[in-house]
Amino acid sequence: MNKELRRVSVIVLAMFLALFGSTTVISAIEADNLAAQSNNRRVVLDSYSAQRGAILVEGTPIAYSEPSDDVYRFQRIYSEGEKYSGVTGYFTLNQGSTGLEGSLNQQLSGTANSQFFDQLNAIITGQEPTGASIATTLDAEAQQAAWDAMQGYEGAVVAIEPSTGRILALVSTPGFDPNPLASHITSEVIERYTALDEARPSPLQNRAYGGGQYSPGSTFKIIMTAAALENGYAPDSQFENPATLTLPGTNTQINNPVVGQCSGGGDTVSMATALNLSCNIPYAELAQDLGVDTVADMAEAFGFNSSTQIPMTSTPSRYPRDIDEAQLMLTAFGMSSVRVNALQNAMVVAAVANDGVLMQPTLVDSVIAADLSVLDEFQASELGRPITSATASTLNDMLVDGVSNGAAGGARIDGVAVGGKTGTGENGPGEPFNLWFSGFAPAEDPQVAVSVIVGDGGGRGQQLSGNALAAPIARQVMEAVLNQ
Amino acid sequence: MSTEAVSTATGLQNLTGVITLKLRTPSRLRNLELGLLLFAIAINAGSFVLVQFGVLGQVEPGMLTASFALAGLALAVHVALRISAPDADPLILPIATVLNGTGLAMIYRLDLAKGFEGWGAASVRQIVWTTLAILIATAVLVALRNYRVLQRFTYVAMFSAIVLLLLPLVPGLARTDDVAAKVWIDVAGFSFQPGEIAKIALGVFFAGYLVQHRDSLAVGGRKLLGMRLPRVRDLGPILLIWAAAMGVLVFQRDLGTSLLYFGLFLVMIYVATGRLSWVLLGLGLFLGGAIIASQTLVYVNSRFTVWLDAFNPQYADGDAYQLVQGIFGIAQGGMVGTGLGQGRPSIVPLAESDFIIASLGEELGLAGLFALLALYLLLVSRGFRIGFAGRDDFGRLLAVGLSFVVALQVFIVIGGVTRVIPLTGLTTPFLAAGGSSLIANWIIAAILLRLSDSVRNQPRLVVGP
Repeated sequence: MNKELRRVSVIVLAMFLALFGSTTVISAIEADNLAAQSNNRRVVLDSYSAQRGAILVEGTPIAYSEPSDDVYRFQRIYSEGEKYSGVTGYFTLNQGSTGLEGSLNQQLSGTANSQFFDQLNAIITGQEPTGASIATTLDAEAQQAAWDAMQGYEGAVVAIEPSTGRILALVSTPGFDPNPLASHITSEVIERYTALDEARPSPLQNRAYGGGQYSPGSTFKIIMTAAALENGYAPDSQFENPATLTLPGTNTQINNPVVGQCSGGGDTVSMATALNLSCNIPYAELAQDLGVDTVADMAEAFGFNSSTQIPMTSTPSRYPRDIDEAQLMLTAFGMSSVRVNALQNAMVVAAVANDGVLMQPTLVDSVIAADLSVLDEFQASELGRPITSATASTLNDMLVDGVSNGAAGGARIDGVAVGGKTGTGENGPGEPFNLWFSGFAPAEDPQVAVSVIVGDGGGRGQQLSGNALAAPIARQVMEAVLNQ
Repeated sequence: MSTEAVSTATGLQNLTGVITLKLRTPSRLRNLELGLLLFAIAINAGSFVLVQFGVLGQVEPGMLTASFALAGLALAVHVALRISAPDADPLILPIATVLNGTGLAMIYRLDLAKGFEGWGAASVRQIVWTTLAILIATAVLVALRNYRVLQRFTYVAMFSAIVLLLLPLVPGLARTDDVAAKVWIDVAGFSFQPGEIAKIALGVFFAGYLVQHRDSLAVGGRKLLGMRLPRVRDLGPILLIWAAAMGVLVFQRDLGTSLLYFGLFLVMIYVATGRLSWVLLGLGLFLGGAIIASQTLVYVNSRFTVWLDAFNPQYADGDAYQLVQGIFGIAQGGMVGTGLGQGRPSIVPLAESDFIIASLGEELGLAGLFALLALYLLLVSRGFRIGFAGRDDFGRLLAVGLSFVVALQVFIVIGGVTRVIPLTGLTTPFLAAGGSSLIANWIIAAILLRLSDSVRNQPRLVVGP
């Protein structure tokens, strides 16, 4: 009987070890993940019990909390709500939180692990606990320029400092006012939320880094050119120059933007000319030569197919690998199933502008505790090196040529060398275009890389091009950064 | 003084020497128990004070008396033990007391949060139940001078278990309100779960039956896959218990209780016969039944879906709400908890009964949960010790059965709350609000104390001076 009893004892011990394990997983290992869940009511209530930290742009609060008379004790206020709505997101009682309010909730509410000693101190001294403030990397003038320029359009602007990854401007339009969503009356919150949720185009969709993605059009040619240069091609590599091209295995004919042969004639055309004039057929041929894996590898090196934390988690831009040759050739000029958001496109030009080094983009400059001690300070970190310095330099020159002498002239700034690429993404017959511009300035020492997407054809269907509408918006943002 | 007188004096001295030795050993155990018990009482009083500071910001003497009442009752049991079972295990009573007190403090804390007072407060009822439970346990302890008489009631125990199990299905007794599991009865305004008491009756029945029939049960039948199967004619009891467990599952919709009874039976038959084939056969039968039940019974099926996919937004605010909010609570507690009265355990439905462990996890943290689990483990190991060291097989089997039932119940409840297994509605022994559970577990404690007394009694210290 004792032998059996010993075995049963082992089973009992195993049962208890399972419980020791499961409780450890919940309270220690998974605790932070669980606290980050949006339906965790305790976290919501906790975040109201302390004075929530502010979100700062150049030292000025754009979101802050003031004492209120009700049970929640503090009211969240957004001073320039709409303009910064793509950055702050909203902070609600019962509909969760988004943006910096959501992703940095623990720091703002003072419950992050880095604030452990402050919490302990608050408990011992009986003082009111206070959350940390977030100083953002945003440039107020660049943000203002981007916001002003995007008025009346659906879309997004993301501007990055190429050498560090600091996000200087992040705008998603239409924006929304987060103030009514911060109401302490839940029925008001729901009413306002429902109205925003049902509005079209949806203000709650973040087009800068979130799910609102667009076909990139010819801006994808930057990645194609990078892939070509990394694989033995040069700017003067020649491609056949027919007026139309029938995609293999289909009856689909593709054209250049200006219908006819690229550059007006000739049996062949160089890659530099094709990029400068944004010709589609040579790039389709290039894609066919490179193959899907080479193109996809380059796209992924720039950040496609994976999300990044800015600290909000971005929606991955998509470059599919399971496509046939005809689809591959369409992706060369941003058609078929490639989908991109403004953040991803800005990362591409930022890497080109930074000698081929892709920096981790971020909105957070520092996390500052209530006693003004710095809990966490921004440190530039490298995300990868998608292209060599030589490739970056060649590509830089080619993109500058596109603005100064080519199809991207709308972004020209007097006395400054600007590099960039336009894009006009098609969404199907009769559907409005996506108008893109991605670029950087000044070319010799880039201070800003910017990507602009205007959806819905800028309200004019298929009449406008990326160069006509998106490039001037990008120019205004770049000017705002450079004029300081 | 003559030499004769001297030798008489030496003889007397020898005699008294033996007597003092005899007395000293048990009283040392009881003194250890008293020390631990005072420690337990101090912890309980501390919990109550902290709860009042945490929720009310001040000490209110009114409810503090509850912890004194529990302390008084526990000390009364201690005195009863000194008189009636001086060799009993010194750890069981302090562990039961501190668990009961911790549960009481948490239930009181939840009442304060919800604004319940008087008879509407679960804590007030819990105090009454605690009093009743400890009085009954003391009566069992004193009345059951010789536990071997229990063996005579083997079949009486079986019938009482069956009757107790069937009670909730009797019209008129069954609680009518819409509770998922039909395991409750209403008697004179009190709700009662007869199944809790049934587990003791089942333990007595299994122990008695298995001691009598272990030899025939251990005889092998055919061999299959290198394992000797039991004989077909011996399959009767296992099939009967299996049918009863499945009956509980189907008609009372209670997966946890069903698992508890069946697990108890399997462990006891294994310990009695030493044949793994019984266990495998039984597990196969139970798993088969449970899988069929999970496919055909909606409520079992939903328990499994909710278990596997709790954080899916589809369930997290619906069927899995309680589970998910409970886990959020434990996570919120972190290492050392928010402190008593400082968290928000009342967000979780049934925070004082099924989910009391989540409430305690939130306010006492991982450290508190580990302490509670360690207490349970210690309690179970004290029971198993009787199983190892006991002199007669009936007592050993009974001790193992009753301790294992505590261990299994802890595993089913806490495992359910922490998503080790699907959540089922059982009470956490000693901690959770609920009279039937308290009474049953205090009776188990009393029987274990009685059994342990006999263990200590065997190798008497009769060494000379």
